[in-house]
Amino acid sequence: MNTAIRWGLVLLMAGLLAACAQPKRDLTEAERQAMEVAAAEAEAAERARRDAEARGLGVDRDLRADPLDDPQSPLAERLVYFDFDRDTVRPEFIPMLEAHSRYLSQNPGARLRLEGHTDERGTREYNLALGERRAQAVRRIMNLNGARDSQLDVVSYGEEMPVAFTQTEESWARNRRVELVYDVRR
Amino acid sequence: MKRRTLQFWLLGFLLLAVGPASAVLEVTVTEGVTGAIPVAVTPFAWEGPGSASEDVGQIVGANLVRSGLFDVIARERLPQAPDGPDGFLAERWAAVGAEYLVIGRMRPDEDRVLIEFHVFDVLANQRLGGFRIPVPVDMLRRGAHRVSDIVYEQITGDKGAFSARIAYVGVTGQGDERRFTLEVADSDGANPRTLFRSNQPLMSPEWDPDGRDLVYVSFENRRSEVFRHNVETGARSRLAGFSGINSAPTWSPDGKRLALSLSRDGTPNIYVMDLETGGLTQITRSNSIDTEPAWSPDGDVLYFTSDRAGSPQIYQIRLPAGTAQRLTFEGSSAGAAAVSPDGKSLVYVQGGEGGLRLARLDLETRRVTLLTRGRYDKSPSFAPNGSMIIYSTTDRGRGILGSVSRDGRVHQRLAARSGEVREPAWSPL
Repeated sequence: MNTAIRWGLVLLMAGLLAACAQPKRDLTEAERQAMEVAAAEAEAAERARRDAEARGLGVDRDLRADPLDDPQSPLAERLVYFDFDRDTVRPEFIPMLEAHSRYLSQNPGARLRLEGHTDERGTREYNLALGERRAQAVRRIMNLNGARDSQLDVVSYGEEMPVAFTQTEESWARNRRVELVYDVRR
Repeated sequence: MKRRTLQFWLLGFLLLAVGPASAVLEVTVTEGVTGAIPVAVTPFAWEGPGSASEDVGQIVGANLVRSGLFDVIARERLPQAPDGPDGFLAERWAAVGAEYLVIGRMRPDEDRVLIEFHVFDVLANQRLGGFRIPVPVDMLRRGAHRVSDIVYEQITGDKGAFSARIAYVGVTGQGDERRFTLEVADSDGANPRTLFRSNQPLMSPEWDPDGRDLVYVSFENRRSEVFRHNVETGARSRLAGFSGINSAPTWSPDGKRLALSLSRDGTPNIYVMDLETGGLTQITRSNSIDTEPAWSPDGDVLYFTSDRAGSPQIYQIRLPAGTAQRLTFEGSSAGAAAVSPDGKSLVYVQGGEGGLRLARLDLETRRVTLLTRGRYDKSPSFAPNGSMIIYSTTDRGRGILGSVSRDGRVHQRLAARSGEVREPAWSPL
């Protein structure tokens, strides 16, 4: 590689690293409130559904298409992405996690595996721990939204199972993820 | 004049029982050194039918160069090719700039080969020693490493580490086709053997102090668990399969305990496992990530990575339960410390604007020296004599191994012909 290009890459990466280097934080008050509101709404919706079912208006679940297979459903989304060296769940993923939590609370037999992953920037064993912390952060949010602990398995693969292989910010961002994997669907 | 005969045949070359030879690692010296000691190594003459299966003189020369301490004089410049000690003419070797000379010859002896060699101090016009070592016919390469160890020790006074082996993780394929292997090879990457194969990730191989067992992390049960694996017999057992992550195993210097990182109580902390009883002692109690423990050679101190202060940094804790003390302050992060065999320095992964590089921390002066200039340099492991560090790096996105001399002057890369290699661990001697 020619020196100018190499230095260009070094500078580019330096910029990206600097852009990512914000301090860690827990859930903000706003996020917590948003989650509580969403949880209350979900509860209301669930109550309404049960009332409808009680009145004989409910749809037989076995005749209905599995909502997990409905591409229009938020349940079709199974990936949560993270910032560099961070385990904070970004607000845009909260509605999707609420939908899965709701599904789990409605399907007590369902089991979901939360697989934590990282990018390659960091030492391997530290990344294994970071992946676990990300999966635990997702589990906390799902617990708050009605999923039972017994329905959620946390696993970390650290940086060992990347899905994108170029050494670019785009690949790193895709690799910093928690995958939601249904081991038992209902 | 002293003459020693070393009988190391009975000490036993461990034959690795499992698997055919996998991808051979190819070594390239990427950065040499000026000011190294000039040594001449003659081709080792073969006194038998046919020709020798290995160029022992070449292997010895390449090993000496890899150590960073020596510059080997090119064969075409050698003034004479004596195969015995009597024809040595110091002035002819001095004329080509050699300060030391190694000559040797080999003779088949039933199912063995006798390697005889002599080391000369050219400037003092003196023979330092003559040696005859028997090696099994099919282990001539190992014999060449043993010759290298003796030459290294004759000249420097320090033990050589060329006979030690390296364990590492190999990866081939992508997506669902990815396959992970645990490999063991000679210190120069030759003679790789596959110890274990899995379609789930393997991580963190580490040798026991006897060089008989490896510990490593395997995801074969779809979660991180710690296994012990006998290199000779292939016997295998699970040492840690607690809830949460089971990771970063490393043997205590006395071989009786294992330090590791477990998140069984929610967050990863450092534990020490008594290998006889299986009993666990918790060493750190934090809500941060505490991992990557490394023992001091006396077994009294554990160095580890923790992000308790925000970013990952290296700390030390005195056993059985002292207070953790932060050691690294330079760069944006630090982790994966390897302790030098003399216990005086750490080599670790320093994160910074250029990426991840290896740095050395002098534990007395607290001075930090950068050793490498890669962007993804990780998983450092010291040669058992402390002369070199082997580590994981990348070449155009592909995982390869790198080695760097202790002083950071000589750099090499060890790449598999296909697939990736990473997380090397140098065996004890």
